[in-house]
Amino acid sequence: MSFMPYVSPDQLMKDRSEYAHKGIARGRSVIGMEYADGLLFVAENPSSTLHKISEIYDRIAFAGVGKYSEFEDLRIAGIRHADLRGYSYGREDVKARDLANAYSQSLSTIFTQQMKPYEVEILVGEVDGDVSGTTLYHVLFDGGVTDEHGFVAIGGHAEDLTEGLKQEYREGWDLSTAVRTGVKALGSPDQREIRSTDVEAGILDRTRPHRRKFRRLEDAEIAQILSVS
Amino acid sequence: MRDRSNPPISGASFGANPSFADLLRDSRPEIVRSERPVSHTDVPVPHGTTVLGLKYADGVIMAGDRRATAGYTVADAKMRKVFPADDHSAIAIAGAAGQAIEMVKLFQLELEHYEKITGDRLSLDGKANRLAQMIRSNFPLALQGLVVVPLFGGFDHTAGEGRIFYYDATGGRWEEDDFQTTGSGGQPAKNSLKKRWRPGLSRSEALRVAVEALIDAAEDDVATGGPDPARKIFPNALAVTVSGALDVPEEEISAAVTTVLEERP
Repeated sequence: MSFMPYVSPDQLMKDRSEYAHKGIARGRSVIGMEYADGLLFVAENPSSTLHKISEIYDRIAFAGVGKYSEFEDLRIAGIRHADLRGYSYGREDVKARDLANAYSQSLSTIFTQQMKPYEVEILVGEVDGDVSGTTLYHVLFDGGVTDEHGFVAIGGHAEDLTEGLKQEYREGWDLSTAVRTGVKALGSPDQREIRSTDVEAGILDRTRPHRRKFRRLEDAEIAQILSVS
Repeated sequence: MRDRSNPPISGASFGANPSFADLLRDSRPEIVRSERPVSHTDVPVPHGTTVLGLKYADGVIMAGDRRATAGYTVADAKMRKVFPADDHSAIAIAGAAGQAIEMVKLFQLELEHYEKITGDRLSLDGKANRLAQMIRSNFPLALQGLVVVPLFGGFDHTAGEGRIFYYDATGGRWEEDDFQTTGSGGQPAKNSLKKRWRPGLSRSEALRVAVEALIDAAEDDVATGGPDPARKIFPNALAVTVSGALDVPEEEISAAVTTVLEERP
């Protein structure tokens, strides 16, 4: 039998938490923001094919920061969960709250039981009906969930971004204003201007005349929005 | 997360399986159809009848009559047999209705699931091939009489044209150059199309040809329902073009029906 030295649970959790924090802090951030027609997710991402933001289901979207392989794992699990739910019951029975709970359970189990915790933070957003139907959940690496309103920043500079956005954010912004402010905020912690080709953005647009409300903003559209100041 | 049917690399599965059908079979086998032998001669089940697909100038039109029959009974006079499979393809079904509609639902989810997991759309050939595999997996039930034989049509963005595929009960898949029909009234409908179809039809001409074929089928086949203007029952049709798979509005179809009926001696 192998011999394991005693480590207090306190210390163990502290070490794991620190490890996860460090991993997440190395990566770039994502901002989730409510705007007039729904939810906007915006991130700095030099790759145009390895996404941080993506569609989960008709009215649900996902954004992840941290280690790509790990949040990609969570994204795929979320799509499988949602598609199975929708097939077994009805499409309108697939809810972000249920998904956020599933993520929370999973991440909490991984955090306490596996060799190393996931170095990720994720956002799960949903639009439904009118403005009051918009929900935005923030799930942490240890399974903690918070229900966010207005805007939320996750990843490397989350705290700085939140501070900055707190001053500026107004309810009912149109899409262009939301994108412009989001991109400006992403560059603010180290005083740079982010090139439009390095911006990844996706929206859940409740006015979209399609069952699937998620849409990725094309490069040209982002460039056009950012060219107006 | 469970490892699924991908080839293993040093014990772990490699990559994410983008198939929803596989996921369903692995994780919820109890809600996938039963493998128990049944025969439709024991239990009368509704059968959908005549559907067709034809190429025209902008892409493909898929159309079908509205009748479902169970033996000598009209089980449904307003059944829908033509569905969008995703934004750029459509599926038209004939055969055991319950089975067929379930297959459509699964096929639609299969395409959407693939798109979400991989971030890419399946090619038209890929979609047609996947449908063939799904029909093949239904073969044990086809032997019991629960046959499903769809037509699949879509817009191929690489080739820049519409394409039509047809299937047999074993999952055999063939590509059609101009038009194809299936279902109990398939033969008279095909004879009609043979006389009327020509390359490069406009949308309104193509609709008229499609509607006429369905009317001819209804005249020669009791299981095919003809248009019934009094009760406002008209064939369903979907047009698949470069801009997507969209329902043809009922007014357009009823106008085509009127034109065809007026031209009849």
